[in-house]
Amino acid sequence: MSKVTSAKRVPAEQITIEGLTGDAAIAHALKQCDLDVLAAYPITPQTIIVEDFQKFVANGEVDTRVIPVESEHSAMSACIGASAVGGRVGTATASAGLALMWEILYCAASMRMPIVLNVANRALSAPINIHNDWSDSYGARDSGFIQIYTQSCQEAYDTTIMAFKLAEDHDVLLPAMVCIDGFILSHNVERVEMLPTEAVHDFLGTREPVLPLNPDDPITMGPLALTDYYFEFKEQQDEAMKNVPKAFKKVEEEFEKMTGRSYGMYEEYKTEDAEIIILTHSTTGGTAKAVADTLREKGEKVGVLRLRMFRPFPTEEIREILAGAKAVAVFEKCRSFGAASNPLALEVRTALYDLDERPMVADFVVGLGGRDVPPTTIVDGIRKTEEYLEKGEAPLYETLGVRK
Amino acid sequence: MSEKYDEIPMAGNIIKPGNATEYKTGGWRSKRPVHIPEKCLWVKNGTCGLCWIFCPDDAIRLEEKDGEYVHIYDYDYCKGCGICAEQCPVDAIKMEDE
Ligand code: SF4
Ligand code: SF4
Repeated sequence: MSKVTSAKRVPAEQITIEGLTGDAAIAHALKQCDLDVLAAYPITPQTIIVEDFQKFVANGEVDTRVIPVESEHSAMSACIGASAVGGRVGTATASAGLALMWEILYCAASMRMPIVLNVANRALSAPINIHNDWSDSYGARDSGFIQIYTQSCQEAYDTTIMAFKLAEDHDVLLPAMVCIDGFILSHNVERVEMLPTEAVHDFLGTREPVLPLNPDDPITMGPLALTDYYFEFKEQQDEAMKNVPKAFKKVEEEFEKMTGRSYGMYEEYKTEDAEIIILTHSTTGGTAKAVADTLREKGEKVGVLRLRMFRPFPTEEIREILAGAKAVAVFEKCRSFGAASNPLALEVRTALYDLDERPMVADFVVGLGGRDVPPTTIVDGIRKTEEYLEKGEAPLYETLGVRK
Repeated sequence: MSEKYDEIPMAGNIIKPGNATEYKTGGWRSKRPVHIPEKCLWVKNGTCGLCWIFCPDDAIRLEEKDGEYVHIYDYDYCKGCGICAEQCPVDAIKMEDE
């Protein structure tokens, strides 16, 4: 159970409004979350998070021990050590850095360390590319991290704060990844309303570790578990994941009391009577909503389901929302080479499979390596989806916006 | 395999120190070392002890009481690697199938 604190609405005069990049917004959130340790290695486009945070520490604005490690593999390792003794711990990464953390991500999740990891989504090599797509965090989708994808700087700020409370909930105790689109969000300035630090402290409280390392009462963490018990520990982990939606709802309700803002596991936008529902997340969700608005003006019944939580995947809820539509047009910035389709569409198709009458799923791979996804690309996808509806079948997936 | 998944400590944490002795690893053994005291230098005159030094599982005890020397296997932990037999300079240990 997460501790229910006495969250009260923060009066407007206590809110600080600034123009911040997504990275800066996250750095501010981390500062206010009263971290004990931040261990990170700077990597584009996450760099500003770590830079800004180091500045806060250097200026004495926050009492956090920063460990400037030599690689992301070490960053996550240091985070685990700090989390194991009961600290509140955060880190941030992107792309190759996340790939280098890969082995340790599994340790963090399996050892049940409630670390918050901010990811500025960026493509993976080769060719080397610093721009946005979701290949990095999708690659880590089975690591046991909670994954939330955010659309705005405000949402990134808010979600980072909430992520600590969610991760530290005793029914959960799992690490959480809070993702923003590299450059599109990480480097773009938006209006961000910031809470007073005391309000964030009250909201989060101090972490209450369940089984911390303590020299006076020694335990062993992360030992060997072979055929005799490994399976049972994975069952525990899965159970913890299943507890996330309930815990998340509670966390958001409290946050809403304080701020008036909440986001849910997904955002429904004009889906009620929609014949075609666009399913995507992150900043592409914003573009999709603008497209839906324009098409609605023309009388086309288009809606958007902007996913926020990819792990755990809100299967039941999504199934219900999509069931009434004729087609779902999935837009995703990741290619799963050799797969039947791509990570987001695979998930959606699985969620829909048991329905007697399924909407058609069209899967569009867009924006790889930061290729712009303008409204016209989304409209292209919608038009194709209409064609497929007419024909009665859609390809398993296709790419949009590539020179063919 | 006694406790269910929700009855065991979280994440495989071992919450009681010094309990490795409860984890009997002798069940892994496919070959068993058998000691032949008549040949053994330790039993004869209290020298050698190579098997004791080399056993990676601390499964051999060489004891001495009132000038009597005995060699004892702790089969609860002997994994049957055969290192003791390999090291014995007088072939006083032979490996037999379990
Ligand atoms: S077989 Fe290996 S484990 Fe067993 S007593 Fe000999 S050295 Fe030790
Ligand atoms: S190595 Fe052989 S001779 Fe030496 S003590 Fe062991 S059993 Fe005896």
